[in-house]
Amino acid sequence: MAALEEEFTLSSVVLSAGPEGLLGVEQSDKTDQFLVTDSGRTVILYKVSDQKPLGSWSVKQGQIITCPAVCNFQTGEYVVVHDNKVLRIWNNEDVNLDKVFKATLSAEVYRILSVQGTEPLVLFKEGAVRGLEALLADPQQKIETVISDEEVIKWTKFFVVFRHPVLIFITEKHGNYFAYVQMFNSRILTKYTLLLGQDENSVIKSFTASVDRKFISLMSLSSDGCIYETLIPIRPADPEKNQSLVKSLLLKAVVSGNARNGVALTALDQDHVAVLGSPLAASKECLSVWNIKFQTLQTSKELPQGTSGQLWYYGEHLFMLHGKSLTVIPYKCEVSSLAGALGKLKHSQDPGTHVVSHFVNWETPQGCGLGFQNSEQSRRILRRRKIEVSLQPEVPPSKQLLSTIMKDSEKHIEVEVRKFLALKQTPDFHTVIGDTVTGLLERCKAEPSFYPRNCLMQLIQTHVLSYRFFCLSLCPDLMEIALKKKDVQLLQLCLQQFPDIPESVTCACLKIFLSIGDDSLQETDVNMESVFDYSINSVHDEKMEEQTEILQNGFNPEEDKCNNCDQELNKKPQDETKESTSCPVVQKRAALLNAILHSAYSETFLLPHLKDIPAQHITLFLKYLYFLYLKCSENATMTLPGIHPPTLNQIMDWICLLLDANFTVVVMMPEAKRLLINLYKLVKSQISVYSELNKIEVSFRELQKLNQEKNNRGLYSIEVLELF
Amino acid sequence: MGEFKVHRVRFFNYVPSGIRCVAYNNQSNRLAVSRTDGTVEIYNLSANYFQEKFFPGHESRATEALCWAEGQRLFSAGLNGEIMEYDLQALNIKYAMDAFGGPIWSMAASPSGSQLLVGCEDGSVKLFQITPDKIQFERNFDRQKSSAVHKMIVDRQYMGVSKRKCIVWGVAFLSDGTIISVDSAGKVQFWDSATGTLVKSHLIANADVQSIAVADQEDSFVVGTAEGTVFHFQLVPVTSNSSEKQWVRTKPFQHHTHDVRTVAHSPTALISGGTDTHLVFRPLMEKVEVKNYDAALRKITFPHRCLISCSKKRQLLLFQFAHHLELWRLGSTVATGKNGDTLPLSKNADHLLHLKTKGPENIICSCISPCGSWIAYSTVSRFFLYRLNYEHDNISLKRVSKMPAFLRSALQILFSEDSTKLFVASNQGALHIVQLSGGSFKHLHAFQPQSGTVEAMCLLAVSPDGNWLAASGTSAGVHVYNVKQLKLHCTVPAYNFPVTAMAIAPNTNNLVIAHSDQQVFEYSIPDKQYTDWSRTVQKQGFHHLWLQRDTPITHISFHPKRPMHILLHDAYMFCIIDKSLPLPNDKTLLYNPFPPTNESDVIRRRTAHAFKISKIYKPLLFMDLLDERTLVAVERPLDDIIAQLPPPIKKKKFGT
Repeated sequence: MAALEEEFTLSSVVLSAGPEGLLGVEQSDKTDQFLVTDSGRTVILYKVSDQKPLGSWSVKQGQIITCPAVCNFQTGEYVVVHDNKVLRIWNNEDVNLDKVFKATLSAEVYRILSVQGTEPLVLFKEGAVRGLEALLADPQQKIETVISDEEVIKWTKFFVVFRHPVLIFITEKHGNYFAYVQMFNSRILTKYTLLLGQDENSVIKSFTASVDRKFISLMSLSSDGCIYETLIPIRPADPEKNQSLVKSLLLKAVVSGNARNGVALTALDQDHVAVLGSPLAASKECLSVWNIKFQTLQTSKELPQGTSGQLWYYGEHLFMLHGKSLTVIPYKCEVSSLAGALGKLKHSQDPGTHVVSHFVNWETPQGCGLGFQNSEQSRRILRRRKIEVSLQPEVPPSKQLLSTIMKDSEKHIEVEVRKFLALKQTPDFHTVIGDTVTGLLERCKAEPSFYPRNCLMQLIQTHVLSYRFFCLSLCPDLMEIALKKKDVQLLQLCLQQFPDIPESVTCACLKIFLSIGDDSLQETDVNMESVFDYSINSVHDEKMEEQTEILQNGFNPEEDKCNNCDQELNKKPQDETKESTSCPVVQKRAALLNAILHSAYSETFLLPHLKDIPAQHITLFLKYLYFLYLKCSENATMTLPGIHPPTLNQIMDWICLLLDANFTVVVMMPEAKRLLINLYKLVKSQISVYSELNKIEVSFRELQKLNQEKNNRGLYSIEVLELF
Repeated sequence: MGEFKVHRVRFFNYVPSGIRCVAYNNQSNRLAVSRTDGTVEIYNLSANYFQEKFFPGHESRATEALCWAEGQRLFSAGLNGEIMEYDLQALNIKYAMDAFGGPIWSMAASPSGSQLLVGCEDGSVKLFQITPDKIQFERNFDRQKSSAVHKMIVDRQYMGVSKRKCIVWGVAFLSDGTIISVDSAGKVQFWDSATGTLVKSHLIANADVQSIAVADQEDSFVVGTAEGTVFHFQLVPVTSNSSEKQWVRTKPFQHHTHDVRTVAHSPTALISGGTDTHLVFRPLMEKVEVKNYDAALRKITFPHRCLISCSKKRQLLLFQFAHHLELWRLGSTVATGKNGDTLPLSKNADHLLHLKTKGPENIICSCISPCGSWIAYSTVSRFFLYRLNYEHDNISLKRVSKMPAFLRSALQILFSEDSTKLFVASNQGALHIVQLSGGSFKHLHAFQPQSGTVEAMCLLAVSPDGNWLAASGTSAGVHVYNVKQLKLHCTVPAYNFPVTAMAIAPNTNNLVIAHSDQQVFEYSIPDKQYTDWSRTVQKQGFHHLWLQRDTPITHISFHPKRPMHILLHDAYMFCIIDKSLPLPNDKTLLYNPFPPTNESDVIRRRTAHAFKISKIYKPLLFMDLLDERTLVAVERPLDDIIAQLPPPIKKKKFGT
């Protein structure tokens, strides 16, 4: 998967970039160092990993650099041309460009081209090409004219194909484009005419090329915003004849055609291109990476400060002028496969694995712990793959299921889903489940009346889903829809099953759980696992209550009265008992609230959402929590009865959270006063319990010391030992 | 078997020094340990973790760093600003070289082992070239001011409140460019050295993380915290079959109560040491292939040598501390009792003498003569001999002056049974015999080491008749000298494991040797061969539980009236071997603490075997026979040591 990483700026020094931007960015002989030539007088050598310049050279005032500096990889020297004809060669130790080697040529230079493994070439504006060495041997040699009058070189690139240097350059004359391919060692120059197709008005804005065994793939970005590809044979059939080349559309409308700024195109590898320019709708410029094989946008990055419409790509770095400064964006591309492009494969594969292993991975579900490692297994997979190829025309059950979802009735879908689940461990089980849910949800959104609740429940219970990932494909919509439908049963299930629900959603669930009417709750079929029948318990224990209260973890409401609340409490001792013993919410609501208590959260993210809950709901929830706390303290282990009850810590944490979030509101509410007093006493009693524990610990330590001393029997004794 | 009155002594107020550094040497499988008093100890992990060598400490020489370089050369550096190399053969300090940068806080050897880097108080880092016999200053890297390649700022915020300065206690630089730092805010952080950015941070403790050590393979490392916890981090694949790996905190261990000042990572174990003076070896079970010594957790607290000597005649005990000696007289009782009784004391034990050394050097060894009238001890540079006079309850002490020049430093001192001869093993490899008479002494003879060897002798044993002297060095081989004829009598065949204790039996002159692999040999000196009993034992083999004990035998003695008995002990048991009884095989119960009840004599005779073991006294530092029916046992309970350590970091309890 192609990815752009965090950008960084190469220097804080503003380059003297003209309206045309920079002259060029070229590689030097060290991997991490690049030569940047601005459009004025300066060449700077940057070390990218350090983000700092290593050297800088300028030509004299009045002179102007006309051709970007390149590195002669064979000698390690740098070559630059200023004032069209004057060639300078220097190396790292040189300080002053004025004093370095100079050669004045007889014709104007368009570009010097240098790639690793061969000597640099000099391309003259008239289309002639010379090797640098040959040129330096006789700088004043006559340079022939290759292209016709008024023909201007627009773009050029230099490749080494099978150790043979190949030069391509594009010229333009009156809106017609010509490609010249020069095989440098055989000195064959072939000229092609680029046919523009129907849209004769389009102007080609940017070129890039990649090369494979037989063809140079020339990609061009036209003013209509599309990328076209032209295949140019490296070895021409008939070099003498003027040939025409047809371009084919590769990507449609990747950038806005009538952009104010320039656009640029660079091939990153065989499958990826980087495009600089404004996308159709937005006005800001963007750097985007496209996969041309699958015609998908892989990633993009906004460049709000604007660019010069120039883009260079070397190694793993994309260079561009962003605003006034030279910006580098590291680019990584791991081997892509169809599975990866479609989002069916985890992308964190190491880049070293080749396509075959991807294919195997595609068949066996990731992360299921089915380590197919032995050779026998893999052979079987190979065989299976062969069979699959022959069976391809048949529609697999998963496809069928997906098509069912889109059209059929709820009933039918349910049957189909059940059928599919019965099959269960097909290799792509996870993905199909994910796709199914996504499909169902999409249809839910489209048709408000469509709500396949049973299906969704079943699918959730497969345990392969989570909030964010339906087996790796994004889909947070499920809970959103359940919230909209106020389907508490489904929400409870989600809360129990999903490990990664955001706090805002948890809070939204809580709101619904608290606000939903008792009568509508009666109709639902909520999982009651976490709730113990408190009512029975409390009736049964009515008589015990008096006694247990003293034992309630040191908390005794009778004894532990604070001065302020004394009188009030004394008036209604009966009330108090009642309040603490009967559950303030119905059983089903309790079960739902328990699901909230069990869910994972982070305090910081939860607090702001808790503030939105209406005050009377807060009090209700607090009352319920307080009730749970009292139930907890009834037994010595401080746990609640039931199969999966909330723990004491969860209860205490939620009490604290609710109070933290809504303290002022709760304080102002008259009906919450009693509750607050109770809670206050609860805390007070806890403090006294802990202080008692500390006291006990001190005395216990003393006892321990005494005990040790007893064992020690002093520092000296005489004893009798008999060995048997 | 026998009934004894046991003087159970717990007033030996010995507190080991805290451990400051450990350094593991993969080549020799040895571990060097330095303590806060400057002592350096060498443990041979292949020889059942035996502490085979030690270099005595020095008050002004606080060791801050320890490392192995150039194969098996050991260097240390400390707050006195000196780099020292240790001579592992002669057991002395080869040389000390001032780095001229103030106190040295850290030291590391280059991967090739040919260079040594030290970090000094003045902020400079100095590079030394290791030459075959010394080290040579090569370069100085001054404190970096502005040209630092990356400045990595460690987040000092801890729980958002602390404004204390964050100290990076340790760093590790992996070959893939990852830097791991541990700091005082309790964090272990991973940095990318190329970009200087924080990659990952683990908050593992509420207190300082003080030490880090990385395995050679760089797939695992260990950190130690001030809370006494040791955490193991491993580089594990992200998913079961991916090649992408990440550092994961895998195992926490809590074997310490105090700061873990230092950790090391051997191929098979995590090694940690700290203020609580324990040296802990925690084997990585996944790396241990066979269940043997290496698979067991080890905690070494006490030295593997004897710090106590005893005068049988006067019932005196001499305790050796780092900087002083204490002389105690045991009490007495007239009562008798049955097994397990504590008898009422008619006289309590007396503290007779507290002898402080002069100078900053630690005491290497000490000895009191069997008659109780001589005390000798030695530091690295001086040898001291005192004459004691007893007049009723008064005791007077007189130093014998004018020690000969060659008696400068001793590794081991021993008096003959009749207290007329003093045997001194000097660190030059020579053995000196000194005649004591009245208040004076006379040098009789020196056995020079065999030409070409400089190996120091660490253990001495003399026969009760005074005719034979056995001496053992750090590597195998026990030499037996004839004291009458003043010549080498024989050499006991070398054995793979170092000698931990030896003694010569009265009358028979059989030399009993205990090795660190828990083997015990009996060698007849007159016959120059192993005794039949020893051969039988070797043929049958020791009981597997005997071989699995993890502390070495540190003392061997004999019963004057029962020639068939050998008394020996390690830190956790005391054993009498009765050579007349059959040896136990692996099926018999080795240790049976319960007395036989009313069983018939037949069963008793059938189950009786040669090893009579008592585990009542522990940790047992010394045990000897005072007379036929009296034993003295010196214990040092761990709780007493812990009580004298600085308090550990207080942990919250009950939410206060």
